[in-house]
Amino acid sequence: MSSATPSVLLREIRKSYGVTVALDGVTLELVPGEIHALLGENGAGKTTLMKTLFGLTQPDSGRIEVDGNATVIKSPRDARAAGIGMVTQHFSLVKTMTVAENLALSEARLVSVDLAKARRTAVDAAERYGFEVPADVVVAELPVALQQRAEILKALAAGCKYLILDEPTAVLGPKDVDSLLGVIERLRDQESMSIVLISHKMKEIERVADRVSVLRRGAVVASTAARGMTTKELIALMVGGDAGESVARPVSSINDDAPVALALRGVSVKRSHGGLEDITFEVRAGEILGIAGVSGNGQSELVEVLSGTLSVDEGQVEVGGSHLADVTPPSLLAAGVGMLGEDRHAAAVHNLPVVENLVLDQLQSVTRRGHLDRSAMAERCDVAIRQFEIKATPQQHLGTLSGGNMQKVLLARLFGRSPKAAIVSQPTRGLDVSSTRYVRSLIADARASGTAVVLVSEDLDEVLELANRIAVMYRGRVVGILDAHEVTRERLGEMMAGVLV
Amino acid sequence: MKPRFVLRADEPWWRGPLLVMFAVLVTFIVTSALIRWSGGSPIAAFRYMFINPLQSRFGLTESILSATPLVFTGAAVAIAFRAGYWNIGAEGQLLAGTIGATWFGLHAEGLPSFVAVPGILLAGAVSGAAWALLPALLRARLGIDEVVSTLLLNPVALLVITGLLNGPWRNSETGFPDSDVIAQSAMMPVVWPDTRVHLGLVFGIVVTLGCWWFIRSMAGGLRLRAVGLAPGAARIAGLQVERTLLTTALVSGGIAGMGGASEIAGVAHQLTIGISSGFGYTGVIVATLAALSFIGSLLVALMLGIINVGSFSASRALSIPSTMGEVVQSVLLVTVVAALVIQKYRVVWKQGQS
Repeated sequence: MSSATPSVLLREIRKSYGVTVALDGVTLELVPGEIHALLGENGAGKTTLMKTLFGLTQPDSGRIEVDGNATVIKSPRDARAAGIGMVTQHFSLVKTMTVAENLALSEARLVSVDLAKARRTAVDAAERYGFEVPADVVVAELPVALQQRAEILKALAAGCKYLILDEPTAVLGPKDVDSLLGVIERLRDQESMSIVLISHKMKEIERVADRVSVLRRGAVVASTAARGMTTKELIALMVGGDAGESVARPVSSINDDAPVALALRGVSVKRSHGGLEDITFEVRAGEILGIAGVSGNGQSELVEVLSGTLSVDEGQVEVGGSHLADVTPPSLLAAGVGMLGEDRHAAAVHNLPVVENLVLDQLQSVTRRGHLDRSAMAERCDVAIRQFEIKATPQQHLGTLSGGNMQKVLLARLFGRSPKAAIVSQPTRGLDVSSTRYVRSLIADARASGTAVVLVSEDLDEVLELANRIAVMYRGRVVGILDAHEVTRERLGEMMAGVLV
Repeated sequence: MKPRFVLRADEPWWRGPLLVMFAVLVTFIVTSALIRWSGGSPIAAFRYMFINPLQSRFGLTESILSATPLVFTGAAVAIAFRAGYWNIGAEGQLLAGTIGATWFGLHAEGLPSFVAVPGILLAGAVSGAAWALLPALLRARLGIDEVVSTLLLNPVALLVITGLLNGPWRNSETGFPDSDVIAQSAMMPVVWPDTRVHLGLVFGIVVTLGCWWFIRSMAGGLRLRAVGLAPGAARIAGLQVERTLLTTALVSGGIAGMGGASEIAGVAHQLTIGISSGFGYTGVIVATLAALSFIGSLLVALMLGIINVGSFSASRALSIPSTMGEVVQSVLLVTVVAALVIQKYRVVWKQGQS
């Protein structure tokens, strides 16, 4: 069909959502017989890029060339026709059907369903790639590792030569990770397939990847051969900049006399994987403690603990010097701990107006004998709109605001109650440049007014810009806490890679 | 091309009424065809259904009487739905209310009216809430879907009534499966002389206005709305979602139970197997047609009362099926629900996904 060498080339792909640029001219080539690792913080554009390739979303500009021919991929069906398969983080299997039925389903014509062929496919795969998938078991009854194999099998059965795996190991235990990586290697070596591996786990990339590309804010910032690279070098790529560069910022030094507003003492959450171990730190009034780390090293769990949605197995949480008996959302709020979660939509009541969303977590302060004090609410809302530069009217439903303005409403709610401590998680993810700058200045303002802030962000620049001290997490632990003036990217990189200091 | 629903930023006051008028128009067109098919004249049928009841005092007051239980069940369903608690069990809770009310009424001999009348209403409320308790607990504690459990308890309530009427409460004079007549003092007095419109209507309106006030002006009402619209976000804001659901479910059951008491004390004066002609189910229609607004549900209840009375006379006069009234109600439900979606959301046609 084509004379050019087989490959998939994504050329200058651009995609924005409103004013937010998700992909800013990304060029990436996938070559047969190569495992191509895609690295980058959440929100850097990895998943958007791969969704573009698999036809789940359309780019605003740029083109995709398959084997040298410009190809328009409008749907997953087009992608499959071009030999591209994808295993997303949420599987697309029909859970109440058997594996064979699922395989047959993707090829089914109007009337004929070839179950026998589907079974043969499963048996073949077991022989050729050494991964067994029971063909006649209902998907829902399979452990997640086998469901994932069935999903891969489905892509293979469709004849794909390019396989995208979006964080495939996030849901697996160590043994299953091992065998999955083995399968990926065999697919590369025996079938000469091209595999895109999205992962946050450096060890895996170090082990199997031939090439690694790093995405940051929608652009490829590094693309290089990965053979022989160490975890440390990979993280250096991610951290970026000149590794030895001192990145100390003129942040005011912490006042050591300031009272400790929030303290964790030996907090542990026991889980088979993805728990927390012995987390201990203190945050003083008027300080920002940044939490850095490669995604998936316990940051989200830490945030869940501090929002009261994940229960602590061991250790204590102290607010303003007194120990919290139970760590639940109401008790944390009552103690003066505020929270801005990473998913702003989860915290917003879309169908309520701005004015009502603003007081939802502090209703008692606008209630007089059971009744809402509407004039107090309106006044508070006007102040917030002015002070936080929210572009909305008080009666506008929150769901109709842009991401940046919604975030400002939630920040206004959080800081409006002058919390002792505030947990702020991925505050600028998905925001445009000016909103990002503004949100960061709000966080700095909160510090200036004496709030203790815990800033959890995968955007290292954000942490470096704002934090007085930086705690680095690795595998559910805090491996070290650095003062801002002693931070170098190299040092941070080492710690994020798990090198203890 | 895929349709996507996008929340509207603005809500001009005229869009809602305009869309509802359009929905009514569509309903007329669709049901006209059905009425014609069953051999009647659509114009005449609609005149009987919607206009005639309003032209005589008797028609009007009978419509109001017919609307009275719907005022209660409409409010009961609306407040539950506002909290995101999908109570389809108003029928069972109303029936439970009739049991409690009958028990109280049978034992109210000698009580003065100003004690017995509120008492019988309270008895209905308590039994309605009790009937709502189990599904509410299952939902709040274990997360078990309340749609199925509240719905399935409806026929159970009817079976309990059948059992009572064939056993301990069998009529002591006639031996028929109807209960004895309740004490005179517990009966709701008539509030519109020479008609059957009784005090229950006033209680229903008061309860509905109370719900309206609570939802609109009280902190608890905002809490309830937030829990209903986005339970996750409400939880993040420190609201106690489960407790709100449980309380709302009990209040909803209580209101439906009062509706049952109102029927016993105001109309039937005794418990019969046919005490409810689907008032609880119709309450779902009332609340939905009113877009869960309480003032609106008063009007919708009255409208459905008119259709109830009117469809009987239409069926007598034109010999079309008397169920045509229900057909009209159902078609109206479908069209109005569609109109409400369009009122809240814009439909955007977009290529691809995401």
